[in-house]
Amino acid sequence: MSLWNHYYTPATVEEALALLRTYQGRARVIAGGTDLLLDIKQGHLPRPDALVDITRIPGMGDLRQEDDTVYLGAGVTHAQIVDSPVLAARATCLVESCGVVGGPQVRNVGTIGGNVAHALPAGDGTTSLIALDATADVVLNGVRQWLPLSELFVGPGESRLDQTRDLLIGFRFRLCGSHEGSAFKRIMRPQGVALPILGCAIWVRLDESGQRYEDARICIGPVAKVPARAEAVEQALRGQAVDAEAVELAVSVARQTLHPRTSKYRATAEYRQEMIEVLLRRVLPLATQRARTGEAIPEGVGME
Amino acid sequence: MSKLLLTVNDTPYDLDVPESRTLAQVLRYDLGLTGTKIGCEEAECGACTVLVDGTPVDSCLYPAFKAQGARITTIEGLARNGELHPLQKAFIEHGAVQCGFCTPGLIMTAKALLDRNPNPTEHDIKVALKDTLCRCTGYVSVIRAIQSAARELRGEEPLPWPGVPTVPPLKAVGRPVPPQEVVDKVTGRAKFADDYAFPGMLIGRTLRAAYPHARIKRIDTSKARALPGVCAVLTHQDVPGQNRHGLIYADWPVLCDDKVRYMGDAVAIVAAEDADIAARALELIEVDYEPLPVVTDPEYAHSPDAPLVHEEWETGNLLKHIKVRHGDVEQGFAESDVIIEREYRTPTVEHAFMEPECSIAVPAGYDDEHPKLTIYVGSQIPYEDRRQTAAALGVPEDQIRVRGTLIGGGFGGKEDIAGQIHAAMLAQATGRPVKILYTRQESLLFHPKRHATIIRIKTGAKRDGTLMAVQATLYGDAGAYASLSDKVMTRATTHATGPYVVPHAKIDCYAMYTNNPPSGAFRGFGVTQSAFAVEQNMDLVAEALGMDPVEFRRKNAQRVGATTATGQLLRESVGLLETIDRVERDMRGSDPTFRWGWREGTKAYGWGVACAYKNTGLGGGAPDRATAEVEVFPNSTAEVRISSADMGQGLSVVLAQVTAEELGLPVERVHVLLSDTDLTPDGGPTTASRQTFMSGNAARHAAITMRQALAAAAAERLGVSPEVIRFEDGRLHHNGSAVEIGEVVTWMHEQGQEAKVRYVYDAPKTQPLGTGGDMHFAFSYATQAALVEVDLETGAVKVLKIIAANDVGRAINPRMLEGQVEGGIVMAMGNCLTEEYIVENGVPWSVLFSRYKIPSIKHTPEVVSHFVEEQVSSGPFGAKGVGEITSINTMPAIANAIYHATGVRVYRVPVDQDALLRALKAGATEVHTTWHDVK
Repeated sequence: MSLWNHYYTPATVEEALALLRTYQGRARVIAGGTDLLLDIKQGHLPRPDALVDITRIPGMGDLRQEDDTVYLGAGVTHAQIVDSPVLAARATCLVESCGVVGGPQVRNVGTIGGNVAHALPAGDGTTSLIALDATADVVLNGVRQWLPLSELFVGPGESRLDQTRDLLIGFRFRLCGSHEGSAFKRIMRPQGVALPILGCAIWVRLDESGQRYEDARICIGPVAKVPARAEAVEQALRGQAVDAEAVELAVSVARQTLHPRTSKYRATAEYRQEMIEVLLRRVLPLATQRARTGEAIPEGVGME
Repeated sequence: MSKLLLTVNDTPYDLDVPESRTLAQVLRYDLGLTGTKIGCEEAECGACTVLVDGTPVDSCLYPAFKAQGARITTIEGLARNGELHPLQKAFIEHGAVQCGFCTPGLIMTAKALLDRNPNPTEHDIKVALKDTLCRCTGYVSVIRAIQSAARELRGEEPLPWPGVPTVPPLKAVGRPVPPQEVVDKVTGRAKFADDYAFPGMLIGRTLRAAYPHARIKRIDTSKARALPGVCAVLTHQDVPGQNRHGLIYADWPVLCDDKVRYMGDAVAIVAAEDADIAARALELIEVDYEPLPVVTDPEYAHSPDAPLVHEEWETGNLLKHIKVRHGDVEQGFAESDVIIEREYRTPTVEHAFMEPECSIAVPAGYDDEHPKLTIYVGSQIPYEDRRQTAAALGVPEDQIRVRGTLIGGGFGGKEDIAGQIHAAMLAQATGRPVKILYTRQESLLFHPKRHATIIRIKTGAKRDGTLMAVQATLYGDAGAYASLSDKVMTRATTHATGPYVVPHAKIDCYAMYTNNPPSGAFRGFGVTQSAFAVEQNMDLVAEALGMDPVEFRRKNAQRVGATTATGQLLRESVGLLETIDRVERDMRGSDPTFRWGWREGTKAYGWGVACAYKNTGLGGGAPDRATAEVEVFPNSTAEVRISSADMGQGLSVVLAQVTAEELGLPVERVHVLLSDTDLTPDGGPTTASRQTFMSGNAARHAAITMRQALAAAAAERLGVSPEVIRFEDGRLHHNGSAVEIGEVVTWMHEQGQEAKVRYVYDAPKTQPLGTGGDMHFAFSYATQAALVEVDLETGAVKVLKIIAANDVGRAINPRMLEGQVEGGIVMAMGNCLTEEYIVENGVPWSVLFSRYKIPSIKHTPEVVSHFVEEQVSSGPFGAKGVGEITSINTMPAIANAIYHATGVRVYRVPVDQDALLRALKAGATEVHTTWHDVK
């Protein structure tokens, strides 16, 4: 059966909001649709009467550098992110995470806004945006505002944004500067649903000498019900010398503070606990090395 | 309806279509560009890939109005002025086309890659095609084809097909001839069942069971019937004839009456003006059920207190008990120095052919082309479809015509009835053509799968390495209906000694009814499962004896003069030792430092070896027959006609080659017509690796008889003796002069003779199991070595290389054979590493393609292939079965390799990295669980 009846491509945010109002809950926002249409097809969401495609609204596809920050329209595709030299160099974790989503056909259509709106506890793009401390430009309850990205999530697959009413417009975050670097990796299994067993994005800032961690932001998921930072691990790293001991310290703090759960047909809690350690040992040195050298070449794009 | 402006393949379109359309629907159903295929509607398989403004997208899940104003390129837009695109040429040259259903998606994805990157590495190709799936080729040839096309597009010489060494070819046999359909398959012209449409055609849909086991109390279709646009709603009361079908036992309701026995059971069918109305009608059918206790475990099914799936079946849930008795196992074990006993489990596995099932029925007399009730279907057994449909409809078989379309992969999964009978019933009820196309999700729910098995096997050997005894108990989950379980589990049983000389064997197999989806034919046909157990036990025994696993196999390998456990004396064509030698030579050569397993950093590496054998043909005393017709025409072309299925394996080209060889015709002048029950005689089922042998023999003998008739006619006309006439290059040569074969046909016509021969080929007689003698007329043999890498930090397993040697009697078409080998290996890798069809208390969980992962191009290992050609005298040019032998031993070879790499043995598949890692951490040596158990 048809998954929707009417399809709109509004030219402005106002027009999109007006359409959503007109349909009173029977219209949903669509960007790439690669997650949304599957959710409708599987009955996870009711069949909407109308889809409101926001990707033709000017600005939605923008990926632009604004001094030391970058602005991403919610309709920017995973492929646009992967192909961006500035993101590869200065938001490497985002390129690495968007580069492992689906295959090329899905990356060409699926958007970063859609990844965030889907609100999975381990959405790949979302994990990296959290580590990059992104803020989101939204229309929530009719009010346009900037919110920290982490405040958008309520539970697994549940966001504060009501997709029959609200809009996600775009994101902004600071690009890595000198002595800063980031990296993302994930662990998959070859069976079943293509959701990560565990994903890990890390951003670090070193001191001027490159010998000590000044700051770190780490997002590992799924651990909590929403994408969340591993704050205790971050705290432990601050001020630590950059060496193998720091990595082991991170691992030991993670072991004490992060308690992933078993999820059916994906991973046991025990395995996930192991993978947290494996990922920290793989991702933290990589992010650190990028911060030290100022050079970053995304790894694993298209294959993981 | 709204305006949609698109430019498709440079042609502008101004369309008025519903806004609910996907881009794939507009292309296929509104524009008739059926080259773009729909494989899953989940953006998982990539068969629907088209370019939108140059960018590849999955058109099945892409709203058409999202593409408003865009330039679309489809497979139909690739060839220019009749000149094939380099990718299309390279896919043909490198054998990257089998069933052809995924081919348009693969080519379009590759086109987008080459547009961006004219010189891609193998890694780049794997990245680009990661989500464009193919179930036939194993992707090895696809990678090579793309590299070759890239060269041509850069102005360099394209790569030639590298070839595989074979015995010297004849004129046609033994050569890599391209199949007749291959150009259609690379251009999008090839027609599969869903690519047909007829005026006034309705859409049929099936209401499936709401419970895995329940009594039906009441069915009320009145609301559905009242829905405007609904043309028929039918239930069991509307089945005109016998309401049970089945290939061996008629136990499967056309439409359920008393009970439903699994979630895929059909309760009612609907025909409506469009798919949306049909879907709404299904929701309006009311069915009252009384749920019954379900039985899902085959061992529990055997217990006296288990609920009965078929109350009327005399042996309860026991569909069949199959026994092999050979020698005296007690004595055999008493004489053994080492005895290994283990339990192995294999899961239910889905065929995942890329083309979901589709049947179209056109009622009798609907138009001039359809004087009879006609069913269009991509089927492995057209005559069985006709027989079973006729029985259900209560009409003589000759009132029905089954016209086989191209088949988008089968692998055993298109042998049972799917929508054929339903479409015919709805066409009769409405007087209009009816199409029943299963969605991928319905296909996953409905069709019979590979049997899940529990195999307890005990192997004994003497200190010198002589195998003494095998005792085994197998449980096979037959599911709700018999399908081919009897035969499949028989094959699992008779092959449970492996391809070895075992003087004492006692094997018992129980095929059990359960409320799971039915199990049936699937490439390997039970032997895939028993080989997983047999070949791991072989390694365990070798280890206990301190013997090299290859040497142990060699010592016990079947050879000419040996007797199988079913009492068959092997008189010829036993190439097992040669396959072992070739694989071993490649694996370790003369390297004195060869190690079975080693570690480098955080990775462990291991080699594993396994052997296999597989019967050709039905065997077991079943009469095995194929009938072919060969006709030669005045224009010096010929046609071979036979109802046998080409599902991508290349049967049509094999038949063309053997016919061309015998008639002395260039192979391109031989046309093959397959699978039309009014025009082509019965070639029998396309199963049991039998068609190269059976249909090949039928075509060959028909061609020989035809040649003799032509020679006789020519001899009479020319006044020469028939013996001096030689057939070559399309001519009859005699005493230094020659005459065109077509001219001789004209002479025959002038004499009132037809240049047409029908030949009924009966296979050498076989004996039923338990009676001794020849249970089968031929066996194919194989050895494989697998090299794996295990990540010791994550437990992830990667297959790096497979070396395969297959004894197939004769490589009639080495390029197609290579494709069978590579495709079989990668399919088996899926069985071992990625695939399990999960059913939870009778309710399938794996009903989405996104929950069932088949290998993608990123899994493709390096494949080294050897052909061993130990000819079988009764085979066409010595050939025996090919289709299954290529995929049987990959799974145990990988399992043995994992053991050598890690010291942990996996007793269940698919291999679970989670459990493997936990075992490594715990210092355990066995894994008995899989990801299914992660809960």
